[in-house]
Amino acid sequence: MDQLQEKLNDLLIVSDLGVKSQNRVILEDVTFKVRKGTTLAIVGPNGGGKTMLFRTLLNLVPHTGTIRWSDKVRIGYVPQSLIATDLPASVGEFLRFKCKTDFETCVSSVGLDKEILRQALGSLSGGQLQRVLIAWAIVDNPDVLLFDEPTSGVDIGAEEPIYQHVTRLKERLGITILLISHNMHVVMHYSDRVLALNRYQLFYGDTSGVAHSKLLNLMYGGGLDLSEEDEHAHKE
Amino acid sequence: MKRHLSSTILFGLVIGAFVGSAAGYLGSIMVSRHMALVGDALSHVALPGLALGILFNFNPFIGAFTLLAATAIVTWYLQRSTTLSIEAIIGVLFVLALAIGILITPQVDLLEALFGDVSKVTLVDVMITVPVSIVVVFVTRAIYDKLALSMISMELAVSSGIKVERINLIYLLLVATIVAVGIKEVGTLLVGAVVIVPAAAARNTSSSLHRYSLTSALFGLVSALSGVALSSYVNLPAGPLVVITGAMIFALGLITHSVSRSMNRDSG
Repeated sequence: MDQLQEKLNDLLIVSDLGVKSQNRVILEDVTFKVRKGTTLAIVGPNGGGKTMLFRTLLNLVPHTGTIRWSDKVRIGYVPQSLIATDLPASVGEFLRFKCKTDFETCVSSVGLDKEILRQALGSLSGGQLQRVLIAWAIVDNPDVLLFDEPTSGVDIGAEEPIYQHVTRLKERLGITILLISHNMHVVMHYSDRVLALNRYQLFYGDTSGVAHSKLLNLMYGGGLDLSEEDEHAHKE
Repeated sequence: MKRHLSSTILFGLVIGAFVGSAAGYLGSIMVSRHMALVGDALSHVALPGLALGILFNFNPFIGAFTLLAATAIVTWYLQRSTTLSIEAIIGVLFVLALAIGILITPQVDLLEALFGDVSKVTLVDVMITVPVSIVVVFVTRAIYDKLALSMISMELAVSSGIKVERINLIYLLLVATIVAVGIKEVGTLLVGAVVIVPAAAARNTSSSLHRYSLTSALFGLVSALSGVALSSYVNLPAGPLVVITGAMIFALGLITHSVSRSMNRDSG
């Protein structure tokens, strides 16, 4: 009964995930699960496979192993930035792709100012764009948000408000969050569990028992030193 | 003779209006990353199709459309199953098609196939082109938002439940269709420009996606009508004149845009 309850609480279960491109290993033996309403931080060096993991979870990339989302899960994705595009879309038009009806309510529900709606997507600052992308992701009440380094390209002072905004959303809407970040402060303060990748899975466990230095070592290839508790978490 | 000439011009204007506006509308999506030369290059594939129609005595439009649609499907398949970019695939497939087309098109018909001949447009062409153009516009309208979003971000489109690959295939087939119906008037070498030039011109003058797509269709309409009308007046081929008028609109838009930007900068 407990096992059944546990399964019902799991929003995502990934087992033995592997991705190869032109005979090169991009991801191998990645196994983790994400409970509903929790935040999983994904860390690792550049080229370690973090963004590829998201692309694989969105089923954009051929892979081995299994990815099991809970039934009828709605995914909101927040990319690092938008692909540079020649299309002159305004913020309002961008949001209308999702808000087909009752646009006013839709926009006010995600906390965006009306003035920003007329601006071209390409003219937004890093912080403005992130708020728009977050608004886009949450506008249809998703069950899970995938954040790919949501504050890359954002001024240092503007990072904290974005994460506070995300945390409020999580508390208010009960959204599950998968978050790629290089910021250790963010990982320690805004996530419940950590998955460290460098093509292979280096670590999966609770953030509470993991010291800063240990995570930094993992990120920059300093080796792996798991405590018993973390080993247990890894095998979960 | 005068009646024949008048009806030919009228047919040319009708086809120009429908193909020009439909191509302009389609092109507003094409003039974005990785797509700008697709329409131009795809149009070259029509040449061997036209040649087969001429050689085996069936409607060249059917030959052109069949080859264009087949190439659109092959391009789409290669793009999703290999790591090649769409430009690389098109670069190989389409110059090959052009080379084969030039070799097998009868010499006497080659010039018309390459540059079109508005004086050969018939009522049957009008009856094919008008409904086909209308269908192209309606289907494009139906998938426009999905196409635009997949251009802005493939991941966002997929996470929103859009079947990006299917939408891309439909789009390539729409381009193939409008190129096939535009060939008679503009020719295989220049028909791609009918898709690209109005959209490039509209890009300089539009601040929203909605206005951009409508302006692109309008510029397509204006350049096609003025090109065909000018052609009957100066007795020169319509195809190049349609493209030149479109390019003039582009240049005018570019100048206006630069002047207004520099004025804004000065006043700021």
